[in-house]
Amino acid sequence: MNTTRWLGLGITLLAPALWVPATAMADTLENVQARDSVRCGVNAAQPGFSSLDDNDQYRGLDTDVCRAIAAAALGDASKVNFVPLDSVERFAALQSGEVDVLSRTTTWTSSRDTTLGMNFTGVSYYDGQAFMVASDLGVQSAKELDGAAVCTQSGTTSELNLSDYFRINNMTYDAVVFDSPEQSIAGFEAGRCDVLSSDASQLYAQRIQLADPNMAVVLPEIISKEPLGPAVRQGDDQWFNIVKWSLFAMLNAEELGVSQANVDEQLSSDNPDVMRLLGQDGDFGEAMGLQTDWAYQIVKQVGNYADIYDRNVGTGSDFKIARGLNALWKDGGIQYAPPIR
Amino acid sequence: MIHNQTMIEQRPAPSSSVGAVAWLRTNLFNGPINTIFTLIGLYILYLLVVPTVQWAFINADWVGTTRDDCSREGACWVFINARLSQFIYGLYPSSEIWRANIVFAMFFSLIGWLAIPRLPFKRWVAIFALIVFPVISFVLLYGGYFDLPKVPTHRWGGLMLTLLLATVGMVGALPIGIVLALGRRSNMPIVKSFCVVFIEFWRGVPLITVLFMASVMLPLFLPSDMSVDRLVRALIGLTLFQSAYMAEVIRGGLQAIPKGQEEAAAALGMTYWKRMGLIILPQALKMMIPGIVNTFISLFKDTTLVMIIGLFDLLGIVQAALADSRWLGFSLEGYVFAAFMFWVFCFSMSRYSQYLERKLHTGHKR
Repeated sequence: MNTTRWLGLGITLLAPALWVPATAMADTLENVQARDSVRCGVNAAQPGFSSLDDNDQYRGLDTDVCRAIAAAALGDASKVNFVPLDSVERFAALQSGEVDVLSRTTTWTSSRDTTLGMNFTGVSYYDGQAFMVASDLGVQSAKELDGAAVCTQSGTTSELNLSDYFRINNMTYDAVVFDSPEQSIAGFEAGRCDVLSSDASQLYAQRIQLADPNMAVVLPEIISKEPLGPAVRQGDDQWFNIVKWSLFAMLNAEELGVSQANVDEQLSSDNPDVMRLLGQDGDFGEAMGLQTDWAYQIVKQVGNYADIYDRNVGTGSDFKIARGLNALWKDGGIQYAPPIR
Repeated sequence: MIHNQTMIEQRPAPSSSVGAVAWLRTNLFNGPINTIFTLIGLYILYLLVVPTVQWAFINADWVGTTRDDCSREGACWVFINARLSQFIYGLYPSSEIWRANIVFAMFFSLIGWLAIPRLPFKRWVAIFALIVFPVISFVLLYGGYFDLPKVPTHRWGGLMLTLLLATVGMVGALPIGIVLALGRRSNMPIVKSFCVVFIEFWRGVPLITVLFMASVMLPLFLPSDMSVDRLVRALIGLTLFQSAYMAEVIRGGLQAIPKGQEEAAAALGMTYWKRMGLIILPQALKMMIPGIVNTFISLFKDTTLVMIIGLFDLLGIVQAALADSRWLGFSLEGYVFAAFMFWVFCFSMSRYSQYLERKLHTGHKR
């Protein structure tokens, strides 16, 4: 009897303490604004998506997405606290509130979306498994790879995708398996295999490690779906909307021809779509708890989607990855953002 | 019989039995089998050393700022050069690096002062190093006082972070380890069982788990407005983990002291702490130097594991630099640099411990 009473008292006293985190964590925007920085979980080292340059700055597509969120939420793209995360640690870090948003080359899959307590907000980069071959092989399509020796990395989904693809197309191959991207590109360069297979974004990064990058070409076939995008914790719809629309704002800006270079001129545009985007007409920021000029700040300080793509992985970078699936819907790609209105 | 002849002058030993030639003959070429093995050994050495020297020195590129300055025939030390400040200070803002430099300078001069026996005032320097220096370093590195801008710990990294983790781990683990070792030998049941449980728990889990729990699980239990700094969490985890190992090393030393020593001290009327502090521990710690340094060196290398919780130690920052598209493909140079830095520190520790052993040698060696 006595024990039960103490136990009851203990639970009564402890209960509020246990409740506090859940309620306090819900309002991410308030926390971000109080802290005056967005904590963004990124990859410590992923060429083109998140890496450190000579001047201690993070560069990459994923990190620019973080900057866009900071520009929208705080009006200053530099107010990002980048938290480098390991691939096993990333989900726990998001759940525990260590980071406000996870932008770390994370593939959007049903199991991650439904079981890990997180919501994907969109797709910042459509990746997929591809093949790289030596140019002097003269291969034009992956369908011609029957009997080839293929280098892959162990323990990734690439191995599985590879065997599926060759079986479906009634082809055979010899797998040469390596542990790391460095080893597999070294094996490819040394002629251990004819073909290197991995996610396209990684293949382009491996390609420029070759003594002569022009000796290899990436084939056009993409054999798996790897949509990469930012993710937030479940249970905070306002923050979910902010992250989602930060990405959409960049896509809409590209579609409307508003870029980092011309955004100030576009302020006086009389295109109603541009006026709505830049906050000249209506107040779409307020509905999310943001300033009217939230999208203007994104484009001004970070750029539109084409700006960040070209700078980090596209023509303005060392990788020179063609837009492909990541082109806008009207240019033959599948990047499509709902309109701002 | 009387010899008329004068004694033959003493002559030097034949050149075949002294000097380098004799050494070669007795050690490397004393027989056909050894000769063959020597030649094979020399050939293997030749195969290894020549390309290494060519790669690392002769064909290497030293000056420049971008990857285009590297011919790619040998090592591209330009990469290390361009990134050196990042490798040493992590993401520490370049305008504030002087603060880190002061701490580095104080750190190495204090260590030097304590390590070189000729220099005086050891006791005061030690007190300064253990009490004043940590405060000064914190104020300088973290800032926030005296108009120094704050540098949050997530910007600390590189060699600075490695040394910080290792030093705090060592300085923290040794006293905790001593207390735990004494506690484990204690007759008081609560103290003893606490120490046993503590040591066995921390020794029973891998360091990665400790760091992972500290970094990822802890925030789940704490209210969200209360956050403990990542680095502090890693430091606490590392120190507790190492102190469990240290405790067992020291307990090994304590076991080796004959029971008569303590009984004699007790017979002189010494209290427990006097017996331990004046009789037992000085003898035990001296014998434990190899074990303690072993633990220190493994701790120094274990600090690289903080990489998995997103802290950029020396190895972590090198790996991060390898992903920069401007420097892709220079992983060999990066890893060689990291290995060299680790070797320098671990080797110095090991040499100093050997020196210390010789200095404290009082005939206990068997």
